[in-house]
Formats: sequence, C-alpha cells, structure tokens
Amino acid sequence: MATNQLPDALLVKNYIDGDETALEVLINRHQSKIYGFIYSKVLDRDIADDIFQDTFIKVIKTLKGNSYNEEGKFLPWVMRIAHNLIIDTFRKNKKMPMNRETEEFSIFSYMTDNSPNIESQIITEQVENDLLKLIDELPEDQKQVLKMRIYDDMSFKEIADLTNVSINTALGRMRYALMNLRRLIEKNQIILTN
Amino acid sequence: MAKLYTKKAKSTQKMLPKKETVNFILNYSKALKIVKVGNENVELNAN
Repeated sequence: MATNQLPDALLVKNYIDGDETALEVLINRHQSKIYGFIYSKVLDRDIADDIFQDTFIKVIKTLKGNSYNEEGKFLPWVMRIAHNLIIDTFRKNKKMPMNRETEEFSIFSYMTDNSPNIESQIITEQVENDLLKLIDELPEDQKQVLKMRIYDDMSFKEIADLTNVSINTALGRMRYALMNLRRLIEKNQIILTN
Repeated sequence: MAKLYTKKAKSTQKMLPKKETVNFILNYSKALKIVKVGNENVELNAN
C-alpha cells in the first residue's frame, strides 16, 4: 500500500520506527483541519503558524520519546494539544496584551500623544491672559477672594480669617465675583475655551 | 425589515500553514533524537 493511503495509526507506528516520511504524510493529511481550527480561535496567521509549529514539536517529542499511547486517535490527540496551546497563548496575551494594526484598528490611535501641541499651548496661554484681564476688572474685595480661592487654593475659612470677614461674606464675595465674571465674558463676547 | 448589505466572508479556501512552518517541523523532526537514560528522556539535536 502506498504511504499516502496508510491509516494514521500505521503512519504513527512507522514514524516511531524511524520513517520520517510518515510524519510528512500525517502533516499533509491533517494540516488543513489543524491549522483551520487554530486560526478560527486566534484569528491571526502568524500566531496560528506559531501554535501549529509548537503543536507538532510536542507531537514529535511525544512520539520519539515513546510516550504516545492513543493508537488510532491521532487527529483528536493533535487537536487536543493545539487546543491546550491556544489556551496558553490566550493566557499569555491576557498578561501582556498585544494589538495588531488592522483596517478597523490603527495602532496610532492607541499610541496617541496626549500632551498638548504648540497650538493648544498658545491658546491656553491666551485664554489664561484674557481671564486675568477680566479678573482685574472685578471690584477689589471680590478679586481678592477669587484669587485666594482659585489661584492660591485656600479654603473659605482661611480666606475669611485672612480678610477679617465671616465665612458667609467670603462665600458671598466669591459668588458675586463669579456672577460678575460671567457678565463680563458675555458683555465682551469672549470665548474662554481651547 | 432592513436589508443587510454586509458581505459574507468566503471560507471556501483551505487554511494552510506556511511552507516554511511545515519545513521547519520536518527538519526539526529529522534532527531530533530522544535517548532514554535511566528514567529520563534526553533530547539530542543534530542541528
């Protein structure tokens, strides 16, 4: 009988006995099923090839080490090895996720530089300058509270103590400062966004 | 009911590993010898 027509069990036996062509026949016979199965799980050609290779390295080591004892069930046995290696791959990728460039997913969208560019830095500077000019327009007591609260990050208790007024007065001044700021912004039609 | 215009992926083509992958496996097999020393299997690689 030609080698190509021998059943799996006999090819396995021949391979164990030293016939290297038997392995080639087994691979040619089952590569489509095994590779298709791996690819259907990992959906990546390169990873599928790696797993296919590792699967057969295990097969070879087991057969040459005389540890194979599933005569007649070669394909399910190889599929089980492949399945275990697929699970191992997913476990590894969970610990170290890898993203590949695809049509739907651009690696550059994942690796964006979130630091502001020169344009947005200039806009932010301008906005801050405009805001300082508007704050300067406020009455002195309101300006003082607003600067202490926003720029010096002081609590209303600290502001009240420092300006010798009650907390309620400090809160009121802050409220009026914000209302007046809004009014000034609307009046001058200033856009304070970048 | 709205029609779906998405194309179905054709799965008629057989999925096969790269030739290099298969060649690597076959060469690996030819180069590998496993020798039993006591209770241990020792791998000998001719490459």
